[in-house]
Amino acid sequence: MTLFERSAKELQADIKAGKLTIADLTKEAYERVAKLDGDVQAFLALNEEKATAQAVEMDKVPFEERGPLFGLPIGVKDNIVTEGLETTCASKILEGFMPIYDATVVKKLREAGMVTIGKLNMDEFAMGSSNENSYYKTTKNPWNLNHVPGGSSGASAAAVAAGEVPFSLGSDTGGSIRQPAAYCGVVGMKPTYGRVSRFGLVAFASSLDQIGPITRNVEDNALLLEAIAGLDPNDSTSANVEVPNYAAALTGDVKGLRIAVPKEFLGEGVGEAARQSVLEALEVLKGLGATVEEVSLPHSKYALAAYYILSSSEASSNLSRFDGIRYGFRAENVNNLMDLYKETRAQGFGDEVKRRIMLGTYSLSAGTYDAYYKKAQQARTLIKADYDKVFEDFDVIIGPTSPTPAFKIGENVNDPMTMYANDILTIPMNLAGVPAISIPCGFENELPLGLQIIGKYFDEATIYRVAHAFEQATEFHKQVPQIWEGK
Amino acid sequence: MAKLTKEEVKHVANLARLAITEEEAEKFAEQLGKITDFAEQLNELDTTNVEPTTHVLPLVNVMREDVATKGLDREVMMLNVKEQEDGQVKVPAIM
Repeated sequence: MTLFERSAKELQADIKAGKLTIADLTKEAYERVAKLDGDVQAFLALNEEKATAQAVEMDKVPFEERGPLFGLPIGVKDNIVTEGLETTCASKILEGFMPIYDATVVKKLREAGMVTIGKLNMDEFAMGSSNENSYYKTTKNPWNLNHVPGGSSGASAAAVAAGEVPFSLGSDTGGSIRQPAAYCGVVGMKPTYGRVSRFGLVAFASSLDQIGPITRNVEDNALLLEAIAGLDPNDSTSANVEVPNYAAALTGDVKGLRIAVPKEFLGEGVGEAARQSVLEALEVLKGLGATVEEVSLPHSKYALAAYYILSSSEASSNLSRFDGIRYGFRAENVNNLMDLYKETRAQGFGDEVKRRIMLGTYSLSAGTYDAYYKKAQQARTLIKADYDKVFEDFDVIIGPTSPTPAFKIGENVNDPMTMYANDILTIPMNLAGVPAISIPCGFENELPLGLQIIGKYFDEATIYRVAHAFEQATEFHKQVPQIWEGK
Repeated sequence: MAKLTKEEVKHVANLARLAITEEEAEKFAEQLGKITDFAEQLNELDTTNVEPTTHVLPLVNVMREDVATKGLDREVMMLNVKEQEDGQVKVPAIM
């Protein structure tokens, strides 16, 4: 067993009782990584020397100056910049890139006293659903090493599921926190767009990207979101909305809560086990006093197409900064500046990134702009309106996170469209901008399934309350993969 | 409209500053064609008088006080630059 089976609250109690030190926890993280990461392949860079020294200093801080996350280890997705710790977005084009400042969320982790253990693998530039698009390594699902951990924050979910770290940060543009959280049987929250600063998050699709926490239980997740959320003068899209005490929302009380279940989320394309697990979860919540009603989000089927056009268009613009001039990989043996741009980008980007840059460039071109980009933006308006309408009468919307559990490594790599379809249940929330969480709710063939709880704008507190009530009434979150014990 | 030709892919790759081989152009034409084919389903939607959404939140510009603050040091800014000379970024000939 590992110390990380305990919650933040339990770990703090043990530290206070003198049973544990922060140095012990940091050591535990690196020992777990040494023992398990050869199999899981989650980490791209480790911060061992600095973290170990930091832990020793932190053990000297008086208890009354410590917050609930003080001294606890965390892993950070590799598209979030960390000063002096290599950040690559799992791309060759950023090989060796050493950030010269910290992302706002990293600054906030430091202020909360968290210890950064290292950087976590991902699909290159967060484009993918399996972590197979990393230039460096393919992260494995701790529940079954032949399966993917999901993506793009696959390693952020896998590292927590394997008990290498109790906390991680991911980012979610179309499901990239929730789908891997579901595949790895952990808790992953995509906050409301604007809730968490994106300053220092390498941009993929700026109108959709959002950083969020991945943890083993709901309470830890609530604590971490509270630590990283809030207005940031460095991100003009961060919202000036007060950050509540999320942990205080975990009352266990869902009496009278109005749950909407969209028929589109349980219909065609959704696997029987995923469907059943959601229906059973709804029974649990009904038993706790919530009411459940079927609704319709009629434009759901258009979300996937709208998403790929909009996110790729934004990406084609955002990724134009990678040109080999100021940082990262630079192609050699070129004749002139134009060749340098073209060769650096051709050699530095993987195929999925190139596909999306080209799709985006095409969608934004004269002659196709109205038919693709503008049309997709109009579809986005209709999708958002579906959610606004349902939330007039309901507190949360519930459905599966993903149509199936984790698929096998290599199964979908040659067919972009099948790969994209994995995100069909998570993409609409990014287009609408609403917050959503995935929590464990069942298994199929010993692989975890996720329950998705979607809330109103800036109402993560209600999502956490429902997620926590469900968690406390069930045992799914207590299960750990076999690899947890080591081989 | 949906099918992308190899020539169109080469044109788009040039706009996106991506070097591309004939074989790649062919492969991407097929893959991108499938994606744009799929995107055609948006045409089923009646979007007459529907405003496009660029952003989900009603955010407005916030101006800060016009006070000069210190930026990053040049030395720090140059840390990741592969080729440089006298504190300046070096690039190959433009022409």
